[in-house]
Amino acid sequence: MLTTARRHDKPEPSLADSLERWHVDLWLLLLLVAVGTIGLVVLYSASGHSLPQVISQAQRWVIGLIVMTAVAQAPPEVYRAVAPWLYGATVVLLVLTLAIGAVAKGAQRWLDLGIVRFQPSEMMKLAMPMAVAAFLHARNLPPRIFTIAVTLVMIGLPTALIAKQPDLGTALLVVAAGMFALFFAGFGWHWILGALGAIGAAAPLVWSKMHDYQRQRILTLLDPESDPLGAGYHITQSKIAIGSGGLFGKGWLNGTQAKLEFLPESHTDFIFAVYSEEFGLLGILLLLIIYLAIVARGLFIAARAQDTFQRLLAASLAMTFFIYVFINMGMVIGLLPVVGVPLPLVSYGGTSVVSLLTGFGMLMSVQTHRKLLSS
Amino acid sequence: MRRRESFKDLQGEKQTFTARAIFAGLTCLLLSIVLVVRLVNLQIINHDYYSTRADDNRMRITPVPPVRGLIYDRNGTLLAENRPAFVLEVTPEQAGNLDAALKSLEPVIALTPKDIDRFKDRVRKSPRYRGVPVRSNLSMEEVARYEINRHDFRGIDVTAGLTRNYPMGASASHVVGYVGGITEDELKDLDPREYQGLIQIGKVGVEKSQEDLLRGTPGAKIIEANAYGRPLRELDYRQGAPGKNLYLSLDARVQSVAETALGNLDGAVVAIDPRNGEVIALVSKPGFDPQLFVEGVDPTTYKALNNDPDRPLFNRALQGTYPPGSTVKPAMALAGLEFNVVTPDHREFCKGEYMLPGSSRKYRCWKRTGHGWLDLAGGVAHSCDVYFYALANSLGVDRIYQAMSGFGLGRPTGVDLPLEKGGLLPSREWKRRVRKENWYPGETLNIGIGQGYMTATPIQLAQMAARIAMRGGGFRPHVVHATEDALTKEMKVVVPEALPPIEMQNPANWDAVVAAMEQVAQVPGGTAYKIGKDAPYRIAAKTGTAQVAGMAQDEAKARDQSTIPERLRDHALFIAFAPADDPKIAVGVLAEHGGHGASVAAPIARQVMDMYLLGEVRYRGEAPPGAPPLANSTPAPAAAATNDDDDANAR
Repeated sequence: MLTTARRHDKPEPSLADSLERWHVDLWLLLLLVAVGTIGLVVLYSASGHSLPQVISQAQRWVIGLIVMTAVAQAPPEVYRAVAPWLYGATVVLLVLTLAIGAVAKGAQRWLDLGIVRFQPSEMMKLAMPMAVAAFLHARNLPPRIFTIAVTLVMIGLPTALIAKQPDLGTALLVVAAGMFALFFAGFGWHWILGALGAIGAAAPLVWSKMHDYQRQRILTLLDPESDPLGAGYHITQSKIAIGSGGLFGKGWLNGTQAKLEFLPESHTDFIFAVYSEEFGLLGILLLLIIYLAIVARGLFIAARAQDTFQRLLAASLAMTFFIYVFINMGMVIGLLPVVGVPLPLVSYGGTSVVSLLTGFGMLMSVQTHRKLLSS
Repeated sequence: MRRRESFKDLQGEKQTFTARAIFAGLTCLLLSIVLVVRLVNLQIINHDYYSTRADDNRMRITPVPPVRGLIYDRNGTLLAENRPAFVLEVTPEQAGNLDAALKSLEPVIALTPKDIDRFKDRVRKSPRYRGVPVRSNLSMEEVARYEINRHDFRGIDVTAGLTRNYPMGASASHVVGYVGGITEDELKDLDPREYQGLIQIGKVGVEKSQEDLLRGTPGAKIIEANAYGRPLRELDYRQGAPGKNLYLSLDARVQSVAETALGNLDGAVVAIDPRNGEVIALVSKPGFDPQLFVEGVDPTTYKALNNDPDRPLFNRALQGTYPPGSTVKPAMALAGLEFNVVTPDHREFCKGEYMLPGSSRKYRCWKRTGHGWLDLAGGVAHSCDVYFYALANSLGVDRIYQAMSGFGLGRPTGVDLPLEKGGLLPSREWKRRVRKENWYPGETLNIGIGQGYMTATPIQLAQMAARIAMRGGGFRPHVVHATEDALTKEMKVVVPEALPPIEMQNPANWDAVVAAMEQVAQVPGGTAYKIGKDAPYRIAAKTGTAQVAGMAQDEAKARDQSTIPERLRDHALFIAFAPADDPKIAVGVLAEHGGHGASVAAPIARQVMDMYLLGEVRYRGEAPPGAPPLANSTPAPAAAATNDDDDANAR
């Protein structure tokens, strides 16, 4: 990739230093490419040996990496300046999506702009942490009640629009992105605990007011196996795939659950089950460690960031990435409800790869545009 | 607000952030541990459970049907075989538009509207990826035409399988039987494991009675299939076992002679080797083409077969119950001797009729003019009814029941073929139970000449002859001579089941009665002299003519049998064994509405015995109607004699 473009005019510049001059963070790049490689390998198996799908995904990776590098070139201040506008524009697009968007698989997520179709909700995953970070950057921290209220409205409005599509998974991630920014800004513990307590207290009340069919839906969401032929089928087959993988896995291309089409969505949301079946617990541990290393690198970059916006943005992006991973794995192994969140950087799907890598481009921008503090 | 911003507490903010970042990092770690714990639970602790479930998902057991055993006659002539059959199949998923696909076949393979309807019905019930048969039994020409144009047909295949074939056609149809599709009712009674992959089951005859031997054991292929059930590859193979080949005791040549000899009469011929109970021939006419049932008979044909007044599906040899008529007289004579009611020298005077003491009702002999004085042998040889009225009267119904029971009347012989009937041997007890009436002495006279309530099947008659031939010994009749392992060719001969002997206080009684039966065929005036006189072996025999119910006796007597409508003519019966001094074959013949036993049934038995004992038919008598004329055939004597009995009043 970019390493080939290096010139050797200076004596022994380290690889990391050379890359940093191109505003690319070596560690993040290595870890991301590692996950991407694993993803492409699993995808070949999960898609039923479909080379075209693997190539198409690889192309998205190339685009994603180019976008990431491009994004990393601009200093973070640019993103702080753009943040409110991007946020505002995305909200408008979300409203448009609800009004005139294309319906696919029972949800209205896509906006057809004539040349391209894209999901504004995907853009909000970036716009949200940027906007909240930018907003909080301008406030005194820890935030007072007014700031908190404004932030919550900022988070709540697009979340509601996305949830309405309905796209529960993305809504969850958007909320998480905003809330993490608020959390790292020093959102008081008493507020956090209070809010959790209030939800806990309200739950039985809401439950008692619900219709039977609504309760049934929630029960199925929480315990999919109570509906073995419907919602439970996915999770049952997924657990069979994972459990039969054992410690060492059945080996690449030897998983039967996906190959024989027992596992639905095997190359998208449930690709983790395919990975687990073929590479076993040891493979999972490897992947999990890489994911955690990416999160750790993100938090490390955030800790070293030079202003509030950069700090909040970086930490929020890192933590949202983890939540992404956790929700997907949790749902595939039957710990969490099936909400339709792909496994980041592994599941098949272009928008997600490009938007995630854009986020990492911003992290790299934060990391590589640090000014030397003279005093 | 603006003022506060200028005093941002950068240091404090950074500290808060660091603390929270550490907290967040630890939370990530903790949540990851939760995931790992869950994964350990799934992948380590419950690994076996989920492995099993994954295998259950993908493995399908596909049965491999066994090859059905072959059936041969005693000389190795094939009676039932498996023939390769080419079946035209269409796989809907690949063929696309089915109507177009069938249309494209038109110039290549002929299809009737019935084929197409049946095919469409099957398509609805079958998965789309599976080939559905359109027509079976393609001719080689059709297969060749298909192969030439093969590239034009997508999703249309010709597959080779095995189908049951009966080379003898109708000839042995009632013995061999046939296989057909398993019905719902049959499905309830059988063990599904033994029928995995099989769609046919033996329906009648040996095919049914030896089903367990012929069927074999299904093998199985373990197939990997995907979520939609489509088979992908073979994982394992479990060997089954082919069915046993059967060698029947039947002699196809004798069988064929018996069939030909019956001509176009309906009737039955059963020949048994008395030395071991092996059935040499078992004919029931008319027969039917067993092949019809293998393919699945269409409703029109089936209806026609069922409604045919000649009842071709009815096995007369085992299921037809007829009054045995005078063929019971030798056994009656033995009963009389055993109970000391008569001696061989005991004489009766026949004046053409008989009256019970103190009664004026007349029981007529078939010979209206009377036989005059006759001893026991004469009574048998001339089939004098009066002699046996007197004998029956002396014996009484209870002793007749006891003795005839010993000869196997009134219950099935137990031959290894399905659906055998037992006939009826009446008794006081039976009449009280069924008719709710007392037994009348006149009825005893009727059963004394094999009429009245008494009925028997042709195989019972043959078996009765065999028992007399063996002087009370004998074996249970059976058609399966040996079984052969299809792979090792190891033969296992069926051990004949000896029956409890019929005991006689004085064994000389057997000789007396056998001698009397020899007179029937060897002495001029004997009712079967015509077939015995030129035989190169000695025949012991007894003729019989059974009157068909529903016709006044006088009317029947008055008219020549040939002028009576066929369905009202008498049944012709005959039993015999030969050689009389060293019996090798015992025969029972029944010709429905054939007229007289002597003229119609006896020549059939003679030809059967000729074929078996001499290897050719030497008999040159008259042929029954419809049979190919024999050389030197002479015109039938007007009244060749027999019993004509039965008192219409007694019914």
